Amino acid sequence: MNMKKTFTIGGVHPDENKLTSEKPIVGLGLPKQAVYPLSQHIGAPSVPCVAKGDMVNVGTKIADAGGFMSAVIHSGVSGKVSKIDTVLDASGYRKPAIYIDVVDDVWEESIDRSETIVEECNLSSEEIINKIKEAGIVGLGGACFPTHVKLMPPKDCKIDSLVINAVECEPYLTADHRLMLEHPDEIIIGVKILLKALNINNAYIGIEENKPDAIALLQSKVANIPGIEVVSLKTKYPQGGEKQLIEAVTGRQVPPPPALPASVGVVVQNVGTVYAVYEAVQKNKPLFERVVTVTGKSVQNPANLKVRMGTPVSQVIDYAGGMPEDTGKLISGGPMMGRPLLNADVPVVKGTSGVLMLREADAIRKEEQHCIRCSKCVQACPMGLEPYLLATCGEKSDWERAEQEWIMSCIECGCCQSSCPSHRPLLDWVRLTKNKVGGIIRSRNTK
Amino acid sequence: MAKLFISTSPHAHNGDSVEKNMYAVVIALIPAFIASIVAFGLGSLIVTATSVISCLFFEWAITKYLLKQEKTTIWDGSAIVTGLLLAFNLPSNLPLYIIIVGALVAIGIGKMAFGGLGNNPFNPALVGRVFLLISCPAKMTSWPETHQLLSYADAVTTATPLSIMKDALYGNTAALNQLPELWKLFVGNTAGCLGEVSALALLLGLAYLLARRVITWHIPVSILGTVLVFTAIMWMVNPVMYANPLYHIFSGGLMLGAIFMATDYVTSPMTPKGMIIYGVGIGFLTVLIRYFGSYPEGMSFAILIMNAVNPLICNWCKPKRFGVVKK
Repeated sequence: MNMKKTFTIGGVHPDENKLTSEKPIVGLGLPKQAVYPLSQHIGAPSVPCVAKGDMVNVGTKIADAGGFMSAVIHSGVSGKVSKIDTVLDASGYRKPAIYIDVVDDVWEESIDRSETIVEECNLSSEEIINKIKEAGIVGLGGACFPTHVKLMPPKDCKIDSLVINAVECEPYLTADHRLMLEHPDEIIIGVKILLKALNINNAYIGIEENKPDAIALLQSKVANIPGIEVVSLKTKYPQGGEKQLIEAVTGRQVPPPPALPASVGVVVQNVGTVYAVYEAVQKNKPLFERVVTVTGKSVQNPANLKVRMGTPVSQVIDYAGGMPEDTGKLISGGPMMGRPLLNADVPVVKGTSGVLMLREADAIRKEEQHCIRCSKCVQACPMGLEPYLLATCGEKSDWERAEQEWIMSCIECGCCQSSCPSHRPLLDWVRLTKNKVGGIIRSRNTK
Repeated sequence: MAKLFISTSPHAHNGDSVEKNMYAVVIALIPAFIASIVAFGLGSLIVTATSVISCLFFEWAITKYLLKQEKTTIWDGSAIVTGLLLAFNLPSNLPLYIIIVGALVAIGIGKMAFGGLGNNPFNPALVGRVFLLISCPAKMTSWPETHQLLSYADAVTTATPLSIMKDALYGNTAALNQLPELWKLFVGNTAGCLGEVSALALLLGLAYLLARRVITWHIPVSILGTVLVFTAIMWMVNPVMYANPLYHIFSGGLMLGAIFMATDYVTSPMTPKGMIIYGVGIGFLTVLIRYFGSYPEGMSFAILIMNAVNPLICNWCKPKRFGVVKK
């Protein structure tokens, strides 16, 4: 029997609901006003480099990085900076943001807008990383970790493999899947560029077997390329988790935090990020648009859209036929790890992989019951933790025990809560507790 | 715009519920129930109905009048499971009042006294059963013969295979020859508690529970495996005194206990390693009691003892943590 590769501990099989895997990517029209929150990534917020009244083009840098661990932001529209104010973003808080009133669609001249695929890349590793940094690229899988930082692993880590995350294990989302089907050549070039940036020769593209067309297509493209291998993975959530993917592809387990994936010699990049890297390095195009899946069981016209950053989510929803009457929850991202939105005025940002309208019946949490110690959360946890115990530690404010039970290893994938028969808010408790324990560890380390 | 709910991820749930798990156990018990009706007829119906109805009644009364909860928990299925399992652990000619007392102890002391489902350290049905076994040992150990379909309290009683095996242990060298044929034990044609009569029916229930992923294989397999190995060794040492291991597997409450009682979520360990230690412990203690104890059967006591050890097992046996290398 052909045993398909996958990760070894836990995991669940949520309903896939990939309603849009047959829908080609379509460009969404321009918004009237675009809004750019300054915190779209992990790390320090960006610092605006434009002022009220400035005119910007598509691709003009509007904010500088706020530190090493930060990213620049470019405008996805042309027009006039109307104000620098705050906006309610996906976190549910008001955050500083740049507002731009759209005028025409004028692009920066440096951007190569032609259809031609540019294969040749003669840049050095430093030049590539610098270009990626200047293009404001962050991990597009949802975590938004600045890509240039990932490409500069600590000196004591010897990197030997690049793993491309093309798993898209979140139900409903198909943005990465469509990107692979429609731009396979660009993605392969992007992989080569990243290999060059890392000075290594070994890349794996991990795809779950629920996307056989993408596996076949990319396999045919890499057939004659030594060093790049397409790995077909058994479908299981959360295979797109960095640590799970590394184990599934290479068999190596990343040690618990604070260890990084680099400590086992691997750098992981999302396939959407790879495409953005291609565009940045070969076409001089900064990251100002991305593919967004707009979907939901009652949505009239679910689609995969190419959306300029800053566009309000409401415009994405309008394209899909408006928000259905029975919508109970509006989610940025997928149903397992996505963030709930307070309203549809929130702008599309770098990390918006999907706009999901969950039906009320699917969205409402059921009443919580006592833990019946069925151990289904323990069986589901991909990190080998005991979510019921961690949640109880949280309820009892027993931070010490929580730390001993490895709470910091939790990747917040939601497997536990989604399979709890008692509908206990396990991950809510674990998040709260993890936050508390994380704070205790930080203050201990600074002493 | 529609009213939007806000809560953190995950936003999806796999649809599992306490009720689904409990009613799956009820469904898995149906073959054993049918086997008990075939074997013990009317008595089986009366005992089971009395036990289930009393369990439901006591849970309802306690939640309403003692705990003053607004919502009753009787429909979560756990009281029905307790009622069924208690009945399945009783002889089919037991007087009604004893069954009702057993149900009160099972639900009242075994479960609700600790705070209801999820908080009880011991299997409630076994608490009820063992209370009755100690309180009225004569009534609890008189076993009707099979195939007296219309009799209840007036049923003719006989020895169980386990009591015959106990005779052999006490020095009756001819005892083991009186054991019924093995297939009779397997399909359910020997005296005993009403639910434990047919190993075949119980195994069907096990297959259902495994297929529905209500339980995992660890606990039943480790219990049955331990009993098989332990009794096989003793049998090879002295086949006149110690019975064939298959008789041990198919007789008494072993199957019922291994599949339905020891696997009770609340009172069993939560990691595979813990489950196996727990199962081996139950199997070992059961055989120990069968061989050296004063009772012919030790399954109930073995499970209750391991229930008591369960918190320790949960502390000792941790799952394999991702990326953690044992030093």
